[in-house]
Amino acid sequence: MDGETALKIGVLALQGDFQEHETILTSLGVDVREVRLPEQLDGLDGLILPGGESTTFGKLAVTFGLLEPLRSLARSLPMWGTCGGLVFMAKKVGFDQPIMGVLDVVVERNAFGRQVDSFEQDINVRGIEGGPFHGVFIRAPVVRQVGPAVEVLCALQDGRIVAVRQGSLMGTSFHPELTDDPRIHKYFLKIVSEKKG
Amino acid sequence: MEKGTETVKRGHAQMLKGGVIMDVVTPEHARIAEDAGACAVMALERVPADIRAHGGVARMSDPGLIVRIMEAVSIPVMAKCRIGHFVEAQILEAIGVDYVDESEVLTPADEEHHIDKWTFKVPFVCGCRNLGEALRRIGEGAAMIRTKGEAGTGDVVEAVRHARAVLGEIRRLAAMRTDELMAYSKDIGAPYELVCETAQKGRLPVVNFAAGGVATPADAAMMMQLGMDGVFVGSGIFKSSEPARRGKAIVEAVTHYNDPKILAEVSKGLGEAMVGIGVTQLPEKERLAARGW
Repeated sequence: MDGETALKIGVLALQGDFQEHETILTSLGVDVREVRLPEQLDGLDGLILPGGESTTFGKLAVTFGLLEPLRSLARSLPMWGTCGGLVFMAKKVGFDQPIMGVLDVVVERNAFGRQVDSFEQDINVRGIEGGPFHGVFIRAPVVRQVGPAVEVLCALQDGRIVAVRQGSLMGTSFHPELTDDPRIHKYFLKIVSEKKG
Repeated sequence: MEKGTETVKRGHAQMLKGGVIMDVVTPEHARIAEDAGACAVMALERVPADIRAHGGVARMSDPGLIVRIMEAVSIPVMAKCRIGHFVEAQILEAIGVDYVDESEVLTPADEEHHIDKWTFKVPFVCGCRNLGEALRRIGEGAAMIRTKGEAGTGDVVEAVRHARAVLGEIRRLAAMRTDELMAYSKDIGAPYELVCETAQKGRLPVVNFAAGGVATPADAAMMMQLGMDGVFVGSGIFKSSEPARRGKAIVEAVTHYNDPKILAEVSKGLGEAMVGIGVTQLPEKERLAARGW
């Protein structure tokens, strides 16, 4: 990381695999903060919403007053959701559950089926150099529709969209935090650095 | 595209971390659990407290009931098969449950062997009382571990005993010289490679939940502070007077397990907890945790 002070990245720690994200971020020299309450959002340079159950995130975010602060911060703070985190950021998910609604996409939850249909596959992600990325898809969602400001970073061979970017907001259906390949975390940190200026 | 790999099996459990998995016996229960913030449900015909009361042979639940519960909620659904009963496990895999619990709560079908879990696409969770038992189950292919505790009692003492045993043994193991690991693996009856991996990581190679007797938000938070990755609540929710409120409070307690002020707040006004049975009052032959080898 260039610059004197490390980037401060929050990881939403309501439920899910937030520790796996923290391990990779720490190895990249980032100052990591767990976020469970609104005041823990203060002073962050970016926020990761981990994998986990999006319904659980939603209920806890409502109860502890995180939903509105997250929505307004998404206008300026870089955010990246993986799997359940992507679902939570989406505008529409087809279920009656509290969501942030900040990423202009329609997401279909559990789009590949149940756990027995979870899979691993090499994928090509736009902006990620050095060959294919190993995608780990667990009861994964896909992006069904994207708004005009959304760039598709990755679609599978059958056309299903599994990675998107809208300005400094990002979403992936798969779990880079379950691999030891930090390229997508580095990609996100680049967005954060550029935004910070 | 590869399905049923170790990464996606273990990875699914990683998505459940920091969450609460609730026992449910009807689709209505399942919806209450989902609304309360459960990260998954365990579909059953009877909760463990009722299995105890009912007596007789406890088997896999009716697949029809499990399917109705799967249709009722969007969160993952787990179901239990008997220890060693690989055909019950095949049936659960065929209907598409997200995790199979090879569980001592049901009557064991084999008193020597557990299921060879590597041969399945569906991941398995298994109970343990100590590190040796945990690593034997992982050696057989379990992708997630939980303490046995003493299910259906509402008494957390056995879950605490088992959590302290596993986590304490891992701390001692992590401090060992490498030339001590082979003798240690022989002592605890665990595969050498898994002993080495656990020593090097300082934790189990798979996610490790608390289970068996958790009945209150404080119980759940204590298990988290001891170092568990999440909590199963069996009879503790739907055997209490206000399941929806208690379920929500336990979910909140697991997220904020290190914040006593929030724990105090969420513990208020939950009504009666399940009545429970003190484990010390339980005759040896009625203890479920002794099942499994």
